[in-house]
Amino acid sequence: MADLSVNIAGVTFGNPLIAASGTFGFGREYQEFYPLSTLGGISCKGITLKERAGNPPPRIAETPAGILNAVGLQNPGVDHFMEKDLSWLKGQGTVVIANIAGNTPEEYCEMAEKLSDSSVDMIEMNISCPNVKHGGVQFGTSCESVGAITRAVREHCKKPLMVKLSPNVADIVSIAKAAEAEGADALSLINTLTGMRIDIETGRPIIRNNTGGLSGPAVFPVAVRMVWQVSSAVSIPVVGMGGISTWKDAVEMLMAGASALQIGTVLFSDPYAPVKIRQGLDEFLDKKGLRSVRELTGTVRPW
Amino acid sequence: MAGIKNVLKGSHDYTLYKKRKSLVNRPQNMYNKKQNQRLAFDGGSYMKYDTQQCRLTYKEELAPGVFDFRLQNQAFAASAQPGQFAHLLVPGKPLRRPISICDVDQKADTLRLVFEVRGEGTQILAQYQVGDCLDVLAPLGRGFTIGDTSRRALFVGGGIGVPPLLYAAKQFGVNATVIIGFRNRDAVILKKDFEQAGCRVILHTDDGSAGRGGFVTESCREELENCEQVFACGPAPMLKAVAGQAQERCVPCQISLEERMGCGVGACLVCACKIRKADGSEGYLHVCKDGPVFDAKEVVW
Ligand SMILES: Cc1cc2nc3c(=O)[nH]c(=O)nc-3n(C[C@H](O)[C@H](O)[C@H](O)COP(=O)(O)OP(=O)(O)OC[C@H]3O[C@@H](n4cnc5c(N)ncnc54)[C@H](O)[C@@H]3O)c2cc1C
Ligand SMILES: Cc1cc2nc3c(=O)[nH]c(=O)nc-3n(C[C@H](O)[C@H](O)[C@H](O)COP(=O)(O)O)c2cc1C
Ligand code: FES
Repeated sequence: MADLSVNIAGVTFGNPLIAASGTFGFGREYQEFYPLSTLGGISCKGITLKERAGNPPPRIAETPAGILNAVGLQNPGVDHFMEKDLSWLKGQGTVVIANIAGNTPEEYCEMAEKLSDSSVDMIEMNISCPNVKHGGVQFGTSCESVGAITRAVREHCKKPLMVKLSPNVADIVSIAKAAEAEGADALSLINTLTGMRIDIETGRPIIRNNTGGLSGPAVFPVAVRMVWQVSSAVSIPVVGMGGISTWKDAVEMLMAGASALQIGTVLFSDPYAPVKIRQGLDEFLDKKGLRSVRELTGTVRPW
Repeated sequence: MAGIKNVLKGSHDYTLYKKRKSLVNRPQNMYNKKQNQRLAFDGGSYMKYDTQQCRLTYKEELAPGVFDFRLQNQAFAASAQPGQFAHLLVPGKPLRRPISICDVDQKADTLRLVFEVRGEGTQILAQYQVGDCLDVLAPLGRGFTIGDTSRRALFVGGGIGVPPLLYAAKQFGVNATVIIGFRNRDAVILKKDFEQAGCRVILHTDDGSAGRGGFVTESCREELENCEQVFACGPAPMLKAVAGQAQERCVPCQISLEERMGCGVGACLVCACKIRKADGSEGYLHVCKDGPVFDAKEVVW
């Protein structure tokens, strides 16, 4: 058995598989399938300063090889998370990442401050949510705004800070560099790609929000490309995600340059996917005679 | 998942897994008692979700495009409650398809699912043959609260909303009046099943080609006089009308709702349903975990 552990910004994960924010809630449902320690970490549902009701339904549509979602950050708020979910989660034997989103830079800073005094292991700053009217992705689409918000949150954040990038941009590499320059300890990518589907009988978009975020196998090659470009350009670790469904995808994403992985949409068809991916990865490492999963990161040999 | 044991074996997770799995396999009456108190899905310390390969033991086309499947699985059959649903994997599709549990045969260890072909997913499911295995995540959600089955109950179902009522109506037997509505005589399903359970059945068809003409709500108005509770499933306009009628007469009414789903277990928050809470404020609950059955009074239409 190879060593599956990885270290991201000083935090040790038992294995590189992390549940992707928004697909795993706060872990309570999936712990009914398997112990959460099966995963290296959990990125919790995106939280905001105040409770949010989210968007009206329908919030999901199926696409060829993917899904669109527009949940709109329904969550109970940061205080509720810290009081009701955090200590339970911390007892599950896995790394706990708080995923935060705000309407204003001040809100991000206030949350970062609150969470700095809590037991979360890491903060993932979501500046890439395409499904809310204010904030979210608007902070994540230009180098200036990414740099500014990273700098501001960095000052208030005593935890390792991971910035989650949007793929809905012209040049993800310069955005990644801006986040790195202003103090991000790690980057995670990709969030969802904005998309739309229309019911041809009614002429109405299937999702009530009209547009939604595309995830699942459909985005995988885009994610691999972006992880490769970004990890080649920065020196902080990159957590790769977007459509990972099998252990082969996991290997591919690691080769592209990811130091750890997040797993989301595949859970909806197969809740046991992380268990299977972990096993497949382990066997692949043994077969290749590698002693650690870390030896795979960035091993792609580009032409 | 078959084989998860082997994956976890040898790792520090395994002892924990074994301990929790043995809790699941406890006698199911613990589960039932809790369900009646509507507490079963408020989180417990036992493993309650699993996917299993289930063999299709019986298949019939009840009406054009409407299929009756019996899926064998001991654990699922032992724990399924009226009004809960199963989440079926469709090979090649990113999302499972939610289908209500229509009936349970404890002797044959089967779940009965009746579904209509609507789009690509249900079309693929309809191709399965007896002997094939389906990947099923079940039983999910909070079903009907049955309570005292000697109290007269009214069941109202429209179209493909009829199957989810059968298992609940069977609990009431002769104390159940069942009003079911379909497009026309060719679309009528499950009438005999309700009758065999002792229920009194009132059939409606939109075009009057079988039973009474017109909508189920016409009979519902009359029958509400003689019942103490209502259970309903069907298209939203029908549910809204039935809920309104029941409320006028102060008869408690439980309705089973549909919404597009992702995970099916309450983690992804996509299957939102707007609910009015006791304090008058509104917010979203989730059909897969808080429902699919809701108290009609709570639902914001
Ligand atoms: C709790 C619950 C119980 C249900 N019980 C039954 C039942 O007993 N019998 C039955 O025939 N149908 C039932 N349905 C509806 C059934 O799930 C849909 O008809 C089915 O998902 C359509 O899939 P498709 O691939 O054929 O259609 P498509 O339109 O191709 O599906 C595309 C996507 O939309 C979703 N979708 C489409 N229509 C619905 C819908 N009405 N409700 C939820 N999701 C939908 C699909 O699941 C899929 O993700 C139930 C739905 C829910 C939520
Ligand atoms: C239903 C759903 C909800 C999501 N909610 C969030 C969220 O709250 N915060 C966030 O940063 N990303 C959110 N995401 C994006 C995922 O974390 C992930 O970046 C994306 O889905 C790509 O990975 P995947 O293809 O493995 O799902 C959500 C995705 C889905 C499908
Ligand atoms: S389908 Fe995921 S919360 Fe209901």
